[in-house]
Amino acid sequence: MSDDIDEQGIPAPEGAADIIDTEYEIGQDNIDGQVGPFGFDIHNPVFLVSGLAVVAFVFYTLALPEQAGTAFSWLFGAVTKGFDWFFLGAANIFVLFCLLLIVTPLGSVRLGGAEATPDYSYIGWFAMLFAAGMGIGLMFYGVSEPMSHFSSSLGGTAAEGGVRTDWAPLGAAAGDEAAAIRLGMAATIFHWGLHPWAIYAVVALALALFSYNKGLPLTIRSAFYPVLGERVWGWWGHCIDILAVFATLFGLATSLGFGATQANAGLAELFGIPVNDTVEVLLITGITAIALISVLRGLDGGVKILSEINMGLAFLLLLFVLIAGPTLAILTGFADYLVAYVEYLPALSNPVGREDVNFMQGWTSFYWAWWISWSPFVGMFIARVSRGRSVREFVICVLLIPSLVCVLWMSVFGGVAIQQVVQDGYTAAQDADLPVQLFKMLDALPLAGITSLIGIVLVIVFFVTSSDSGSLVIDTITAGGKVDAPVPQRVFWCIFEGAVAIVLLLSAGGLASLQSMVISTGLPFTIVLLVMCFAIWRGLRAERNGS
Amino acid sequence: MYTKIMVPVDLAHVDKLEKSLSTAAKLADSFGASLVYVGVTSALPGSMGHTPDEYREKLEDFAKAEGLSHGVSTEALAKLDPDVTADLNRALLEAVDECGADLVVMESHVPNITDYIWPSHGGHLASHAKVSVMIVRG
Repeated sequence: MSDDIDEQGIPAPEGAADIIDTEYEIGQDNIDGQVGPFGFDIHNPVFLVSGLAVVAFVFYTLALPEQAGTAFSWLFGAVTKGFDWFFLGAANIFVLFCLLLIVTPLGSVRLGGAEATPDYSYIGWFAMLFAAGMGIGLMFYGVSEPMSHFSSSLGGTAAEGGVRTDWAPLGAAAGDEAAAIRLGMAATIFHWGLHPWAIYAVVALALALFSYNKGLPLTIRSAFYPVLGERVWGWWGHCIDILAVFATLFGLATSLGFGATQANAGLAELFGIPVNDTVEVLLITGITAIALISVLRGLDGGVKILSEINMGLAFLLLLFVLIAGPTLAILTGFADYLVAYVEYLPALSNPVGREDVNFMQGWTSFYWAWWISWSPFVGMFIARVSRGRSVREFVICVLLIPSLVCVLWMSVFGGVAIQQVVQDGYTAAQDADLPVQLFKMLDALPLAGITSLIGIVLVIVFFVTSSDSGSLVIDTITAGGKVDAPVPQRVFWCIFEGAVAIVLLLSAGGLASLQSMVISTGLPFTIVLLVMCFAIWRGLRAERNGS
Repeated sequence: MYTKIMVPVDLAHVDKLEKSLSTAAKLADSFGASLVYVGVTSALPGSMGHTPDEYREKLEDFAKAEGLSHGVSTEALAKLDPDVTADLNRALLEAVDECGADLVVMESHVPNITDYIWPSHGGHLASHAKVSVMIVRG
């Protein structure tokens, strides 16, 4: 018997960790074998159905681009407009649920059993969950979103036939610069703060709890065990897992595609490299190649190291902008925006009877659907690296700390860009296309060449970590929750993601229409998440009673 | 000549390891050495157990059964790793030091084209372990 395991002190199955007694054996539905020299071990039918469905959808968007575009954008509009109240209401429930877990005694349950010790240090853990959760979005919306809300708020409201036609949040702040800044920052922080992280936390907690403490495989379906019972191992579960693979793969592919476009814009800005398909395909290939190396090196040697490097770089960039920009104004702004966020939070999160329909549906509802469609991927990855944390520690670190970091990030990047407009009349960032706004803002600060380069590196590495962790997640789901499936399988998914991204990038409108479809998967997943809250509650209570 | 022989095992595929298992047992018998069966598992539920504890029990049972059938003294060492697929080589190298083995006997497939891209676990261990490694072709 090993001392190594003894120190971990993981309780025996009949002990405090309440293992669910199920007939299902992990891997029982798997097929394993060899294709040429490559070994595989995959879940039947999740692997095949999701793989084929992905190929079929790609062909559909390529063969009938216009029809697909119309269909997907109709679906997208119907989902974000028709169910805005549902998204907003559900997201509020997730935030309240997470906050509740912090204060109730259930928060003391430890993931992996009472004596489990964490696999990763705080820094490594935090870097990974942050890189998976938002990394890339912060690079692109850090300047553009505060700017956009600020401008629309300043523009005031406009109405046609009693319906608001402007995009300003709440009642806008016509002509009042100071009020427009506060409202704009509050609205941005609202979209990047507690709500998205609560969405991730719910999924991650459900998966971690049912795998580490209940002994069920690490797949999305396991969280449904309290509701569906043994039926989760049948088609109910297959459908849930297939949907998760689908959302993850297309979410990653579209992000890879858009990321390549954006990195290309940055390179054009910095080095005058032309913006065209060839450069973008090369970028996707390069990102996929780096991701492949990282995938082969595994969690410790790949994702963790890259995430830590990126956290370091992002922190340096943040520090630089803070010092080079109007430091005092930013710091007072940080506190002020935080207060503004709390002040506007009830009104912004109100799901019904809103006048600012464009803002609510076009921004908030869109964002919520987007975060939710990403949640199987991010949540599963967070679950994978969070063993040994107590529920309270977990929720604080996944909900509160990232939210604060996002507030700081937005205050610095958005704050500087808005100050440039208000104080110096420098509107290059305001006027630029979305992908270039960050670089235009950096342009007005010293050492723009170096900081822009860091910006591009950050964008690329954030994509590598997404592609890498996404491959791990898809591989685990399609292997029926087995985390030790053969290496070629990870390689397959990583390359497949890159290939799907390239094919969609080269087809006109392919990426945009598929993104609409991915976001539409947010609707069924919202129901999945609500069920997860219930499952977490039941599961945690059983843990508490059992110990 | 040898006192402790380490035998890495994949509990899920014991049926394919017959040759290396009996080779190791015969060597142990002739040198009067003991056998250490090493398995690497993730903390996540897998086909070989819902918890690392269950896995360790299975590995111990396996070691006991092997010891009885071959008449040599055996023990088991279960290593815990967050990403087994990627870290197996490293975990096995650690296990060599941890159990104090002076010989490793392990099964490996006949080399094929993929070994140029990622070498087999046996090949990696043979290149990096400080003790002798005997690779048994399955």
